[in-house]
Amino acid sequence: MTAADHNGSLSGRAIIHAIKAAGVEYVVSVPDIVTSDGLLWPISRDADLTHIRVCKEDEGVSICTALAYCGKRALLLIQNTGFLDSINAIRAIAVEYDNPLCMMIGLQGKEPDVLPIQSDKVSVRIVEPMLDVMGIAYHLLQTTANTDAIAPAIEAAYRDDHPVCFVIGRSPSE
Amino acid sequence: MKRMKRDAALKVIARHAGDSLVVAAYQAAFEWIVIRPSDCNLIATGAMGQASSHGLGLAIGRPDRKVLVLDGDGSLLMNLGSLVTIAEAAPANFFHFVCNNGVYEANGSHPTPGSDTVDFPGLALAAGYGSADAFDNLPDLESRIGDVLGGQGPSLIDLRVEQGEAYPQDYAYMHGAEHRAAFKAALRASGTGTAASDGAHGSRQPPRGRATTR
Repeated sequence: MTAADHNGSLSGRAIIHAIKAAGVEYVVSVPDIVTSDGLLWPISRDADLTHIRVCKEDEGVSICTALAYCGKRALLLIQNTGFLDSINAIRAIAVEYDNPLCMMIGLQGKEPDVLPIQSDKVSVRIVEPMLDVMGIAYHLLQTTANTDAIAPAIEAAYRDDHPVCFVIGRSPSE
Repeated sequence: MKRMKRDAALKVIARHAGDSLVVAAYQAAFEWIVIRPSDCNLIATGAMGQASSHGLGLAIGRPDRKVLVLDGDGSLLMNLGSLVTIAEAAPANFFHFVCNNGVYEANGSHPTPGSDTVDFPGLALAAGYGSADAFDNLPDLESRIGDVLGGQGPSLIDLRVEQGEAYPQDYAYMHGAEHRAAFKAALRASGTGTAASDGAHGSRQPPRGRATTR
């Protein structure tokens, strides 16, 4: 993806449709301003999804994993800072234990028209390299067209027992 | 402070555990898998502090099964917010034991912060757990544990313990794929847990505010 591909909007409704299509029943979250209006508030009101609020993101890593042990699919919806704070739990529980942790990360502070790796913000710029170094597959969601990747990626994560991450590059519309 | 031998306390709990799913952390985990060997034990919680959160996920995902967490005091201190998250979710099938020895036993037995003062039952009740108990002797634990486990969660049980017999510390098994695969297979062989006929999750009751020290 190039910076030119960043034009357009990102539909929260399309994201929610995609995670439901992938069989996700639970969304575990710590609020993030990037995804608050377009994703988290609608999810919290959605009767088809069970929303679990956690105090800290690494709790969510464990809750999603334990739900997977039970044959239930979950999404961990967090902010980039929470991802960075949870690296050790993600490293151990998702990466070393080969568990299908599905994360969606809002890039708080990202400039609208640049790629995350080109951001002036360290907390934005290092997210994708951190995922790379941990060997976690990820997909940048910058426009609604990108949401086509969500359901197949979640299906693959649960089929093959590996984590996957969706990086939210701009605030989704409702 | 009066304390029980940890393995002796775990043996009491094992007699009342039935087919419960059990998530155990570190030293208690090594002892538990010898005391109650079962594929329904999960000791692979990855990062310190995460036993309680694994237990919550299991309790939500399998409302038809009782979930026992055998936490450590140092571990719970590393994830104290989980008390609030668990209370909010209010799983009636969730029983949270804390093996409280006042030290980081796996890391040189240095004291935990607040080891002389921290009140885990008080913290749990303040977070919104329905009940909390503390035990420092085996006869009281033996006589009361059946009632505690027969009640409604989320419930915290503070076990004032000290190291007992030495048990093998098999970290390769703890972190190995074979253990996790056996746990997943045992869960899936016992159903999907979709029938929450007992209303085990999402049926939050007003806290009973019961805290006792035995």
